[in-house]
Amino acid sequence: MATQYTSDRHETTVEQRGAPQRPSVSAELPQEAPLSRPGSALQRPQLRTFQASNGKRARRPTRPGGVPLARTLGWFSIGLGLAEVMAPRALARLIGVSGEYHMLLRLFGLREMASGVGILTQHRPAPWMWGRVGGDALDLACLGAALTSDEAKPGRIAAAMAAVAGVTALDMRCSQQLSESAPQQGQRAESSVTINRVPADLYRFWRDFQNLPRFMLQLKSVHVDTARHSHWVAQGPAGITVEWDAEIIDDQPDALIAWRSLAGADVDQTGSVRFEAAPGGRGTFVRVCMAYDPPGGALGAVVATLFGEDPGQHLREGLRRFKQLMEAGETATTAGQPSARP
Amino acid sequence: MKALCWYGKNDVRVTTVPDPHILNPRDAIIKITTTAICGSDLHLYDGYIPTMEQGDILGHENMGEVVEVGSAVKNLRVGDRVVVPFTIACGQCFFCQKQLWSCCDNSNPNAWMAEKLYGYSPSGLFGYSHMLGGYAGGQAEYLRVPFADVGPVTIPDGIEDEKVVFLSDIFPTGYMAAENCDIEPGDTVAIWGCGPVGQFAIKSAWMLGAARVIAIDQVPERLALARREGQAETLNFDDEDIFDALTAMTGGRGPDRCIDAVGMEAHGTSPDALLDRVKAAAFLATDRPHVLRQAIHACRKGGTVSVPGVYGGFVDKLPMGAVVNKALTIKSGQTHMHRYMRPLLARIQKGEIDPSFIITHRLRLEDAPQGYEMFRYKHDNCIKVVLKPHDSGVPRPRSFSQ
Repeated sequence: MATQYTSDRHETTVEQRGAPQRPSVSAELPQEAPLSRPGSALQRPQLRTFQASNGKRARRPTRPGGVPLARTLGWFSIGLGLAEVMAPRALARLIGVSGEYHMLLRLFGLREMASGVGILTQHRPAPWMWGRVGGDALDLACLGAALTSDEAKPGRIAAAMAAVAGVTALDMRCSQQLSESAPQQGQRAESSVTINRVPADLYRFWRDFQNLPRFMLQLKSVHVDTARHSHWVAQGPAGITVEWDAEIIDDQPDALIAWRSLAGADVDQTGSVRFEAAPGGRGTFVRVCMAYDPPGGALGAVVATLFGEDPGQHLREGLRRFKQLMEAGETATTAGQPSARP
Repeated sequence: MKALCWYGKNDVRVTTVPDPHILNPRDAIIKITTTAICGSDLHLYDGYIPTMEQGDILGHENMGEVVEVGSAVKNLRVGDRVVVPFTIACGQCFFCQKQLWSCCDNSNPNAWMAEKLYGYSPSGLFGYSHMLGGYAGGQAEYLRVPFADVGPVTIPDGIEDEKVVFLSDIFPTGYMAAENCDIEPGDTVAIWGCGPVGQFAIKSAWMLGAARVIAIDQVPERLALARREGQAETLNFDDEDIFDALTAMTGGRGPDRCIDAVGMEAHGTSPDALLDRVKAAAFLATDRPHVLRQAIHACRKGGTVSVPGVYGGFVDKLPMGAVVNKALTIKSGQTHMHRYMRPLLARIQKGEIDPSFIITHRLRLEDAPQGYEMFRYKHDNCIKVVLKPHDSGVPRPRSFSQ
């Protein structure tokens, strides 16, 4: 299968769930080959193809399901919170509870506003949506308790409870959607570094995949089976390992290596590295593109931790260690040095 | 071993910590024979440098005896006496090969932190915050030295520690400050700050051909040292307006070359200096660039402002208009240590300079916290404190032997 690489230059870029569309990023990615095998997890419907401005096709993960609903609920939270904070007595009358609860309503208003802001601004809104569900339960419990009060207007309280119950149903649906879709999103990252060695040296070191765990710390080992096939083991949290077989799909001596995991792997993982002599004899530009698409469920969560909250940063640190190994012969560290910390 | 550790603002203590070990093939371990408290350590002491952690060992002006070398260190032998540069450099990256040693690409394990603040990371330093490497410092009995095959300079027998220990930082730093001025014959060089770096900048300005050196401070004993040892004319900023005085002394033209050897914690009583204090206290700015402003303002047209003083973050109201419209050159940088250590050692060996003239106090390691206090508040005419971690013959400081 032909893999095309362009020579467009970019610094580190990461494309992930929720990121704005950046069509130019696609120019650096391995086109077609790595991510579009039949049967691959990336064929799932939440991935769509878009037409990039440079005329090349690239794939990017879409937002998880539930995001538009979450935004609506986030703004609803802020609006209701404002009402509770600014006009607690009027609101108390509306829902039929005693005006003496106005301070409690103000506090609830602050809680509403916090969830709203969290949902609208945070990278992962799911916990904030679940926070809303918890708040709904608290609201229902308080309204139920208020029914027993002397000043209560049971008709109004019942109507308020019905409204809250309706919103609760929406909140729960939205939270579930956000939680389910989150781990199924593909992530990709690109980074580049300049290394003060000739391309051939760097190619040779990288081409022996057994060297990769020396600078990609999430890898426990890579065993080279044949010239094109290798077995990768990554270390997850709590001693869990994730393993996959990979094959080299493109190999141009001193210039490029591209690989991808084989069907049936724990994780769909693809990567490529290009080595290009820098102008003026100033070493080699090394450009790496990595993408992975974890399975759903618990294993997906483990895989997600392997690549971290920020796969771009992970990749940059890996490349930095690669550079240190190739230039200085060792990676800079302070692990194990003395301090007065226990 | 015993080590001087940072615990917070104005809180350093000598505690027992584990001994250092070889962590990488290019490491060496040295037994510290002489180390010093640097003026830049006071920025840590005053809590101005971010990313310090409780329990960090301080100290970046170090020398000692090699006690262990890693498998890749072929140029040092156990027993060698060495001075260790405070910047850590690999020797193989683009920057090291361009002699920009303090910009080494490969020696900062926490480069990502510095990249957040500075765009790209400088080299790692000993005992100077996690953003700049998080390396344990040498105000301790032993020190691990990374890239020991590149940094430490071997000292021949017969030269005592106190003559060469300042090759680890302040002598090269003062020298690079003067070199950055691009001094031409006939030039007048004005130097703000008569601390140790300022004193070496004065000496270096003469070495590099200055016709006249003017030193500025407020501390009488430092001004006296600049006159006596540095042969400089001096100005006390408590007594006179520095701009007016410099203008008068230079026949209305201004000094050709200006050196800010003060940095981020400048003192002063002018409105801008007081406003800086308020802003720093309110976290609206991190550094107080009163001296830098004054140096830029006072410098003659087409002159050079050299900044060896340490700045950490952001400065406010820098007179960029003066820089542009007077066609000034500003040069700065952490010292590219490895470039200067051997040539300056040769000058010491030839007797051109004896850097020990700045030492006012010699202390045991366990008395280092008193050394910080004394140096910080300039008690007892303190200008420079050296520590002798393995010499039990050093007397206790007066205030504590009572």
